[in-house]
Amino acid sequence: MSPSRLLLLLLLAFAPAWGRTLTVCPTCPLKTLKAAFAAADDDDTVVVDGGHYAEGHLVLEKSLRLVGKHLPVIDGEGKVEILTVKANGVSIEGFEFRGAGVNFVEDQAAVKFVDAERCLVQKNRFVDNFFAIYLQRSRHCRILDNYIVSNAENELYSGNGIHLWNSYDVDIEGNYVAHHRDGIYLEFVRDSRIVNNVSEDQVRYGLHFMFSEHNVFRHNVFRHSGAGVAVMYSKHTLMVDNRFEYNWGGASYGLLLKDIDDSDIRRNVFYRNTVGIYADGSNRTSVYANDFVQNGYALRIFANSMGMIFMYNNFLGNTFDVTTNSTKSYNSYLKNYWDKYQGYDLDKNGIGDVPYRPVSLFAMMSENYPQALVLLHSPLVQLLNQAERVFPVFTPKAIEDDQPMMFRILWSKSKPLPSDTAP
Amino acid sequence: MRGTTYKIFKYTLSDLLRSRWILGYALLFAAVAGGILYLGDQPTQAVVSVLNLVILVVPLVSLVLGLMYHYANRDFALLVLTQPVHRASVFRGQFFGLSLALVLAYLVGAGVPFALYAIANPVDWAQVGLVLLAGTLVSLVFTALALYIGVAQDERVRALGLAIGIWFALTMIYDSLLLLLIVLAEAYPIDPWVIGLSMVNPVDLARVMVLLKLDTAALMGYTGAVFNKFLGSNLGLLLAFLALVVWVAVPAWRAQRVFARRDF
Repeated sequence: MSPSRLLLLLLLAFAPAWGRTLTVCPTCPLKTLKAAFAAADDDDTVVVDGGHYAEGHLVLEKSLRLVGKHLPVIDGEGKVEILTVKANGVSIEGFEFRGAGVNFVEDQAAVKFVDAERCLVQKNRFVDNFFAIYLQRSRHCRILDNYIVSNAENELYSGNGIHLWNSYDVDIEGNYVAHHRDGIYLEFVRDSRIVNNVSEDQVRYGLHFMFSEHNVFRHNVFRHSGAGVAVMYSKHTLMVDNRFEYNWGGASYGLLLKDIDDSDIRRNVFYRNTVGIYADGSNRTSVYANDFVQNGYALRIFANSMGMIFMYNNFLGNTFDVTTNSTKSYNSYLKNYWDKYQGYDLDKNGIGDVPYRPVSLFAMMSENYPQALVLLHSPLVQLLNQAERVFPVFTPKAIEDDQPMMFRILWSKSKPLPSDTAP
Repeated sequence: MRGTTYKIFKYTLSDLLRSRWILGYALLFAAVAGGILYLGDQPTQAVVSVLNLVILVVPLVSLVLGLMYHYANRDFALLVLTQPVHRASVFRGQFFGLSLALVLAYLVGAGVPFALYAIANPVDWAQVGLVLLAGTLVSLVFTALALYIGVAQDERVRALGLAIGIWFALTMIYDSLLLLLIVLAEAYPIDPWVIGLSMVNPVDLARVMVLLKLDTAALMGYTGAVFNKFLGSNLGLLLAFLALVVWVAVPAWRAQRVFARRDF
């Protein structure tokens, strides 16, 4: 065989298997998705050109590429699950899915992948669905640039925007999710990345981890939810460059940590949350270089959290910097900037010469007697705080930053945040 | 304003605006507030510090300057009263003049530093506006109280002692008792009482008014129905404002009655 023939053969061997392209539209020979799915073979492309399709529950068991042109609408009419995919390599792009029905027995979704590999959901709109995108035992998937909005009012009758169960290696990037129960929910998920998403106005959490490990979320915005992000029973989670803001309410937190281990929280901004970080039973987690600005409680760290390190954070204009439920603490606070620090720096090395105790007496008091909050900023309260600072009796001596910074730490010249507007 | 009231008002105001005390008050306030704003790097923290001045300094200065002016002008007032004038108008003229002078001094003292600060820094004007409003109302309340003490008490030392006692009671002792009540009541549902009691003291009212906008995030953390209804909406703000207006009106009205009836 001549070398040129060999080359041609090699090229053919690596060439993709081009499938046919089938077109569905209201005036085409193929008028329904069901018909198209039946007519297509693996690796075909189905182009849907406009139209409104309410065909009940669709099941796709072939490896197809679905492309929507002129935003075709696929409607579940508030009753059924819209599309169940049980094949590998399926991509879905450019559709509007609406009205996946509420169901208390099954998690009905607009698009559900079951035991699928290499899926891609890209640039779709999801409106008023129970669950929008649902991955079940799936892997190597990408969920990119989708607009996902529902009408959730309470936890009972609502589902999650993006729901991953028992999946791994998934990229969730550039999505906008609002008005669901949880914006993004991960249960038994590992090695996944959540980047550049905006999740707001969720009934429960903006992003919710359960029993998940080795995941990263970066550059997201979480606002106006019960909690911006809740990380529960998870390990090795990396949380970087996110913005948590306006999570207000009796049980609202920017970041809720419940029984998590070995995680990293870096360069995030916590702005105007009732509680910035709430840590219950969280171990060996480092909190580096975050900004806590104008929160009610910047940190609420329970004494069952151990080995946490708080370093190089800025605490600016929070009502309370740190509160806890015990006089014991097994965490360390070092080299943070506290705007309430009143010490001095005689050797001019930028580090205060006297330690700062971030738990004030009044913070302890309002922990036990919440009504005392009406006395906030009263001269009496300031007098008590001052007296306690000089002779600490009630506040935990263990919570102490013995190298408080004299000036704000300027780490925040970071990359710009994802755009706040919906795509 | 009627003729006599206006004339007395104009005289009192121009007299006071030329007084070194009022000028000193404005300058001192401006210096302290400006220093806080210049040194602090967080606008919220600065608002809290100025709020503390409003709570501690404004009542004291209003009481003391009010009383001093009242006693210094006693002879003038008596002279005016020998003329065929309405006693209530004379009192009103004095009250309006005195309170306007103190309010102006406060607004200049607190407002100018904030205005200068705003040139270079982002400022939440709703918060600053509330602090200015709260201080204005506190000035009015304590001017009225000062005049009430003044007209009812002939001895100026006793009047000053009384004024300082009232100031201390309202700024420190009242809050201590309230805190004691909260601690003693512990598990009892005393939320409405706590709200009600903090609505009685004008100093607390001014503080709560600013608090509602400044520390909303922390206040939202407490899940009491009464609290949330009161703190979560603008209702609390409105109630606090109205209660402060009552706190101006009642002592002023009482003082006017005493002034109108007493035998000098």
